[in-house]
Amino acid sequence: MKPRTRWEAVCTVDDLVPESGIAVWTEEGPVAVFYLPHRLPALFAISHTDPFSGANVLARGITGDLKGEPVVASPLYKQHFSLLTGVCLEDDTVRVKTYPVLLDGNQIRLEVRANQRESIAA
Amino acid sequence: MSKKTLIVVGNGMVGHHFLEQFCASPAAADFEIIVFGEEKQLAYDRVHLSEYFGGSSHADLAMGTLEWYTEQGIQLHLNEQVTGINRENRTLETPRGSYRYDELVLATGSYPFVPPIKGNDRPHCLVYRTLDDLDAIRASSEGARTGVVVGGGLLGLEAANALKSLGLEAHVVEFAPRLMPVQLDADGGALLRHKIEELGVQVHTEKATTAITEGEDARLRMNFSDESFLETDLIVFSAGIRPQDALARASGLEIGERGGIVIDNHCTTSDPHVHAIGECALWEQKIFGLVAPGYTMARTLSSALNGDRDTAFTGADMSTKLKLLGVDVGSIGDAHAQTPGARNIRFNDEQAGHYRRMVISEDGKTLLGAILVGDNSHYDTLLQYALNGITLPENPETLILPESQGGAPALGPDALPETASICSCHNVTKGDICGAIDAGCSDLGSVKAETKASTGCGGCTALLKNVVDSELEKRGVEVSKDLCEHFPYSRQELFHLVKVNGIRTFRTLISQHGKGHGCDICKPAVASILATCWNEHILATDHVPLQDTNDTFMANMQKNGTYSIVPRIPGGEITPDKLIVLGEVAKEYDLYTKITGGQRVDLFGATLSQLPEIWEKLIAAGFETGHAYGKSLRTVKSCVGNTWCRYGVQDSVGMAIRLEDRYKGLRAPHKVKMAVSGCTRECAEAQSKDFGVIATENGWNLYVCGNGGMRPRHADLFATDLSDEELIRTIDRVVMFYVRTADRLQRTSVWMENLEGGLEYLKQVVLEDSLGIGAELEEHMEGIVGTYQCEWKTAVEDPEKRKRFREFVNAPSQCDPVQEWTVERGQRRPVLESA
Ligand SMILES: Cc1cc2nc3c(=O)[nH]c(=O)nc-3n(C[C@H](O)[C@H](O)[C@H](O)COP(=O)(O)OP(=O)(O)OC[C@H]3O[C@@H](n4cnc5c(N)ncnc54)[C@H](O)[C@@H]3O)c2cc1C
Ligand code: SF4
Ligand code: SF4
Ligand code: FES
Repeated sequence: MKPRTRWEAVCTVDDLVPESGIAVWTEEGPVAVFYLPHRLPALFAISHTDPFSGANVLARGITGDLKGEPVVASPLYKQHFSLLTGVCLEDDTVRVKTYPVLLDGNQIRLEVRANQRESIAA
Repeated sequence: MSKKTLIVVGNGMVGHHFLEQFCASPAAADFEIIVFGEEKQLAYDRVHLSEYFGGSSHADLAMGTLEWYTEQGIQLHLNEQVTGINRENRTLETPRGSYRYDELVLATGSYPFVPPIKGNDRPHCLVYRTLDDLDAIRASSEGARTGVVVGGGLLGLEAANALKSLGLEAHVVEFAPRLMPVQLDADGGALLRHKIEELGVQVHTEKATTAITEGEDARLRMNFSDESFLETDLIVFSAGIRPQDALARASGLEIGERGGIVIDNHCTTSDPHVHAIGECALWEQKIFGLVAPGYTMARTLSSALNGDRDTAFTGADMSTKLKLLGVDVGSIGDAHAQTPGARNIRFNDEQAGHYRRMVISEDGKTLLGAILVGDNSHYDTLLQYALNGITLPENPETLILPESQGGAPALGPDALPETASICSCHNVTKGDICGAIDAGCSDLGSVKAETKASTGCGGCTALLKNVVDSELEKRGVEVSKDLCEHFPYSRQELFHLVKVNGIRTFRTLISQHGKGHGCDICKPAVASILATCWNEHILATDHVPLQDTNDTFMANMQKNGTYSIVPRIPGGEITPDKLIVLGEVAKEYDLYTKITGGQRVDLFGATLSQLPEIWEKLIAAGFETGHAYGKSLRTVKSCVGNTWCRYGVQDSVGMAIRLEDRYKGLRAPHKVKMAVSGCTRECAEAQSKDFGVIATENGWNLYVCGNGGMRPRHADLFATDLSDEELIRTIDRVVMFYVRTADRLQRTSVWMENLEGGLEYLKQVVLEDSLGIGAELEEHMEGIVGTYQCEWKTAVEDPEKRKRFREFVNAPSQCDPVQEWTVERGQRRPVLESA
């Protein structure tokens, strides 16, 4: 059974930096949101935590594409993570969590797991 | 235990190589080393002697430096000839004294043979072996019109070229019926002669000189046995060399019938405490007149003196490849087919001027020797077949046929065995090269530095490059010059595109000249190019996403995601008040504080959101960004100089501050470090920097392209006794030339190693302005100086830019949850993960 989720508003369009990432705080912890205006879709969200160092830094990596796949490079040890799947291109046994993301008017929303209280309330 | 004494007689190429090897070995610690050299110069590269006429100085040809000898504790006596050896007492004599030895190494080389012709001692009768000889030839060429070389061998032809380059009409007189009789056969010799005559050198074969008398139309007249004669203004004898064995002979050591000090497989003579290496040594009745076998002897002897009896000298390959007067000549192994049963394959294209001969074994399986004239492109392949005994293809003639006639392509580096010798000068095999690459060398320059391959005669350069490229490719290293999959250009080419087309954004560049969306390789590279070309703030909206995190946030990211802050402290000079501010800020934010190697203070552990606040305080106190995060000028280290130091001859701190203020903020392919020392004692270690400045009585000496760090490189002396203004102008030019032509992430040291033409070329471009771009380079630098801004000042003053420094854009008060700290030695540091 799919766990209950909700679309959490994390920031507005003005907070985004084109071709780059920003970090937001969610109920699930830190998430990196990337805005690549020259692609469709243009928004991507993956965990902000670099699995190789444990540091919260992925939003500060350089974005780009490798063989067509949108990626971000960790600013610490430079591994690339797919923005579509979260898989590390250098070591496919490592993968960061990805989050569905949508633009709702001026709001950026992420689909995160609903916490206990909310799921009861719903 | 008192040290033993090792004396080396002869400071030539082989003697020097021996010292390099020996001093790096354990046994060096047991010996006091004394070296005698008859020549007044420190050992130099005799192989490239002729370049002395092309403008190279002794310094360019020198094989080592006086500093090196001093560092090694070697007592060096130049211009002091050893005149006798007393083996019983183990002493030797020079005009200046008597010296005791425990071990003696003779590396006396050879001397040019001058045939016993009447009149051979007249003025303007010269030889071609040493720098002094060349000075004499140059002096004699003043007012001369023609010059004759006696001897049509390898050295003779080189001497003829030298005469030609001095503006003389050059003749070669050879006793044998053809040129280079040792290396070439009749057809090859004939072709070479034809080519050389086309170049204006007149060749006279089968001429025996009987006497040299006074000339009528010129200074001298050479009379030949066939009654003919030739008038000339000077004569250079190059009729072969003889081993310099006089000392050994007089002291009763065993000498070969035709000269040469007899040695065994460990380079020891008939006296167990006397050794001989290089051209003076005779091994199994053979003298080796090339530098590579001498180097092998030097290595063998060094091993033997370290107690290693397994390493033995077992002869050497005498194959040669050269360009004589611009004509390719190659000779490999048994070129004259003296092996019983040997068979020949010849290819002779008189039209194109190419001659090739292969000597193959009776069973047709192995290559024994070869001769090439006119085109050496087959040399490397043939040599590898011969040296490694690689089985020949079924139709061996394809190896020397032109490709249009079914010729086989060159032997790929893949086909070579691990044991294949790639560089014979330094005894580097393919296996050694693979080892260097596996140990981390990732380009030609670093392989050269690591293995020394191709730093001797240079003959193996092309082969080495092929092997390195192929091995890198095998390991998945991109060898193509393409920056990455998005741009089919090198950094230098992109620089050019940006500059010429006035491109100001990454988007424009990639849409016009690349493909895709870019990556972490090309984006920072282009950012740095744009910054150099247009010097806009690196946080301008278009540039932000291009930068490495360190550049984006103008601080160095540390392992836990926090940053360090390094304010600029030009020349390492700081007032107490500013020092107090640093302390106060560090205390307020609980920053770990450490003095760096570049004479400044590093503050660690600031979070993203603290950066602008901290900088606001630092800027208010008069600090500027130190660019510790950027590919740009880091620090200009300095010693205290003549303001305080009793040895100082110039104000090194003042100059360091001036340089730091000038070059700060310049974006380059990689970081750039500088240093200024106030006198030759060099307390600022300037020679390990990209740009090192050392004060002299008359101004400044400039050293360039040094490096500390992972792969140290001693900087090269570039210019001497410069005034302040000259110094800055010279650095301006070198810096900008580097910025324009270097590859991405290429330090100046590697750039220099890969620069075609090397130091000489750089000197021409910068000091002689050979490309005519000097003014442009200076102007470009001037423009950058004029538009300098402290990036942090601009950033803290701009609310939009400050927005970037929010840890979590939706939760300003949320602090980063994984950052755990502990306290050590009174300061905070991150908790290390138990790995
Ligand atoms: C023009 C030219 C071009 C060459 N081209 C090539 C080439 O392309 N490839 C190649 O492999 N080789 C080449 N060679 C040969 C190469 O230079 C020699 O093989 C090499 O220099 C031999 O080194 P060595 O140390 O044995 O002798 P040297 O370099 O000659 O050194 C011997 C030194 O000992 C000193 N000495 C002698 N007697 C005494 C004494 N009693 N007391 C103190 N000092 C003494 C001499 O003055 C000399 O400096 C060339 C040589 C010349 C001249
Ligand atoms: S380099 Fe010279 S001037 Fe500078 S501190 Fe050392 S001794 Fe003094
Ligand atoms: S030497 Fe190594 S550990 Fe030390 S600062 Fe440099 S990269 Fe870091
Ligand atoms: S063979 Fe002489 S430098 Fe390599």
